Amino acid sequence: MAAQDTIRFVPERCDGCGDCMKACSKAKGSASRISVVAGVGQGWEMALCRQCGDPKCVANCPAGALDKHGGTGIVGWSAELCVDCHLCTLGCAYGGIAFDPTAGHVQKCDMCDGAPACVLACGKGALQHLSAAARLHETHADKEDMFVPGLSACQGCNSELLIRHTMRRIGRESIVAAPPGCIPGMGTVGYNGQTGSKVPIFHPLLTNTAAMLGGIKRQYERKGQDVTVVALAGDGGAVDVGFQSLSGAAERGERVLFICVDNEGYMNTGMQASGSTTFGSWTSTTPVGEIGRGKSTDGKYLPQLMMGHGCAYVATASTAFLDDYHAKLEKALAASRAGFAYLHVHAPCPTGWRFPAAMTTEVCRRQVESNFVTLWEFTPADGLRFTRGVERPRPVADYVRMIGKYKHLAPADLERIQASVDRRVETLQGFRRRPAAE
Amino acid sequence: MTDAHAKYLIVGASHAGREALAAIRMHDPEGRLVMLSREKHLPYSPTILPYVVSGRSAPDHIALAKAEWFADNRAELVLGARVVEVDPTARAVRLADGGRWTYDRLLLATGAEPAVPRVEGLERGGYHVLRTLDDALAVRTHAASARRAVVLGAGLVGLHAAETLAEAGLDVTVVEMRPHVLAEYFDARAAALIGETFERHGVRMLMGRRLERAAGSEPCRLGLDDGTELEADLLLVVAGVRPATDLLAGSPVATDKGILVDQRMRTNVEGIWAAGDVAQANGFLSGRPIINGTLPEAVEQGRIAGMDMAGDADLVPYGGGIALNTYGFFGRHAVAVGAAATAEGDGAEVHTTEGNGYCRIVLKDDRLIGLAAIDRVVDAGILWRLIQRRTDLTPVRDRFLSHPLETARALMSQGWR
Ligand SMILES: Cc1cc2nc3c(=O)[nH]c(=O)nc-3n(C[C@H](O)[C@H](O)[C@H](O)COP(=O)(O)OP(=O)(O)OC[C@H]3O[C@@H](n4cnc5c(N)ncnc54)[C@H](O)[C@@H]3O)c2cc1C
Ligand code: SF4
Repeated sequence: MAAQDTIRFVPERCDGCGDCMKACSKAKGSASRISVVAGVGQGWEMALCRQCGDPKCVANCPAGALDKHGGTGIVGWSAELCVDCHLCTLGCAYGGIAFDPTAGHVQKCDMCDGAPACVLACGKGALQHLSAAARLHETHADKEDMFVPGLSACQGCNSELLIRHTMRRIGRESIVAAPPGCIPGMGTVGYNGQTGSKVPIFHPLLTNTAAMLGGIKRQYERKGQDVTVVALAGDGGAVDVGFQSLSGAAERGERVLFICVDNEGYMNTGMQASGSTTFGSWTSTTPVGEIGRGKSTDGKYLPQLMMGHGCAYVATASTAFLDDYHAKLEKALAASRAGFAYLHVHAPCPTGWRFPAAMTTEVCRRQVESNFVTLWEFTPADGLRFTRGVERPRPVADYVRMIGKYKHLAPADLERIQASVDRRVETLQGFRRRPAAE
Repeated sequence: MTDAHAKYLIVGASHAGREALAAIRMHDPEGRLVMLSREKHLPYSPTILPYVVSGRSAPDHIALAKAEWFADNRAELVLGARVVEVDPTARAVRLADGGRWTYDRLLLATGAEPAVPRVEGLERGGYHVLRTLDDALAVRTHAASARRAVVLGAGLVGLHAAETLAEAGLDVTVVEMRPHVLAEYFDARAAALIGETFERHGVRMLMGRRLERAAGSEPCRLGLDDGTELEADLLLVVAGVRPATDLLAGSPVATDKGILVDQRMRTNVEGIWAAGDVAQANGFLSGRPIINGTLPEAVEQGRIAGMDMAGDADLVPYGGGIALNTYGFFGRHAVAVGAAATAEGDGAEVHTTEGNGYCRIVLKDDRLIGLAAIDRVVDAGILWRLIQRRTDLTPVRDRFLSHPLETARALMSQGWR
């Protein structure tokens, strides 16, 4: 499904001039479909169709005169089918579809074929025409992609998406360490004497990534050069054998950004289990057969350990929530000027976990919706803050059922996974800073 | 498992059923989903029928969901399947044609049927009703040759029909036993404004009269309680509806006026849900089980039932029914939300304005409990939520009373950003 547009209202910039309304009514030859009204007490407020994902106006229409377009996302209205019952207006909580007495029927915003007149007319920047893709595009499109075309990640792998986004933002003044794992494996560190990246990139050992980066950073600081040093590591290079140097660098407060791309195993070398592999997972070293039932112990949860190091910034992220990731990347970059910043990004692996390549983003979303993955950030001053609510999760079975590596699990195993997910959420809640009043 | 087994079985293919189906598929893309309808037509809305009578809507353009929609949702629609019995012990339903379906989860979304008052001489076949497409087509055909029409009942459906027949050139008389039109939604003044419009368009409005006798079948003679005698080439009985619960005769599913349901649209019997016109759920303002047979309500309840049937954790339990309707007549426009007809007193304050359209606002403890408007634009959907959220209007009271449209929009824009 294509990304869908919305019109965003920035109340602080609106001075109530009404130019948007004039433009709408001129463009449409009827009453304005956008309405700017005086706020309660102060400022200006706006009512406009939000082109809802699951529109109630459509559900309320007895005539089939309204429908949501699967491609553009626009809720369209048909003059021919409409019978003027106005039941649609009862469904809308936003004043987005209303009866227009002059026209004699209901009216709603149709986004003016992609160039909304109201947005063009607003000279104050109080209306913005945006879509999820447009939002990301707006901020990142002009920036340079730091990797060569044609990286050879598996089909459906989200690591490539992630590292391209990350390095586009960080830019040229940077040095990348890519310890053994899928990220160098897909060609970022180069082939045949040619590099895969436009910034200096090197291939440390699994064991010394953070130590090397810390040293490099210090050397540049000594020379008075401001360089971002960043690790693009896998879970093996962070959770297992890389942990000792990671822990030391974090404890010393090295000014490094360490990104762990967690696919819960050693996937590029043949899908062996890592410390991050979760309970019940099939891997080539935790097989499923007469005796083996997949991994028999829980995974190590590194982000929590990193909080214990008192890092300047720790956060978890999912590529199904890229806005959230970008916000955290900004904070992590700022924090890495003063101390150690750690980002833990979940990377479901279609090849090793056995799910269809087209489903990766859906799998990421399900992980989060079920609390299997929680999205949060931590600083020593503010404690932990969930960036997406953990209340009312889906059952974890909804996620587990999507993944082949869990196919053999019995109901009792699912219960155990659910219990450990619930327990982890409770534990994390304990890291929240209570408001002073409490 | 037999062929005739569904994980989700929905009886009734209209608003409540369709919404439940969509909600189930949002959560469970796989479980077998079957919808049974006693109709031979694709699903349509009863609300569209007055427009079928008037000719504004073509009968083959009114489907709420077409075959492709069912295919896209991997759901099976079985037409001509009338359920006559529900057996919760066997988790099975029996059809009029002898067929049988078993289910894991069953939704009863059978809607309502015309209620015909017991009147001497009023017999089946001697009058028309308006609930199904076939009813509408029959009225349409008959209206073409009729001259005098009598509409029994001045509720929403009766008035719609009366307008349609009047516009088609018939001599129309509306008989209603309550003192004014649309008594369940509007106060006397608003009702008078609506009633006058009908009179101005030549419709004879006999309010506060009761039909006592009928003789003959179209043309028929009708005798009212005040002695008035009427003749009708076409008699349309639209004096209310009753929930379609016949299929539950002898079953343990608890009913009062309709099927009793909780906040998740569950009946008292495990594995059986009910939603829409057939269900009786709690009223928001009264806190007691009510029948709130409107289309938006059927949609809301259908969605909740579907989510609960599929085990969707995002379900927000039903907040309680609020009366809500909007009504267009002879180019004019009326809206009623909540308890708009509440009389002054007992804590309720009533504010009525009449310049620039009629507007009646009912507040209790500075919270909105009802609003009725004629020829005045308000956003009923926002007002509905102001009632449901019990939004305190103290800071904006005067502005709300004078400018309900703009003030409600401001509260919305600020309050649910
Ligand atoms: C003429 C008219 C005008 C209306 N106007 C308005 C309006 O302006 N605003 C408003 O809010 N509401 C209006 N309504 C009411 C509105 O249409 C209903 O509230 C709404 O349709 C309820 O939806 P539902 O899905 O609960 O039931 P219904 O729409 O009644 O659908 C129930 C379905 O179940 C089927 N069924 C019943 N029993 C069985 C069985 N035993 N086996 C198989 N199938 C069965 C029926 O054939 C029917 O298709 C109007 C109704 C009518 C009749
Ligand atoms: S007014 Fe028109 S678009 Fe709105 S619900 Fe009625 S028929 Fe549908």
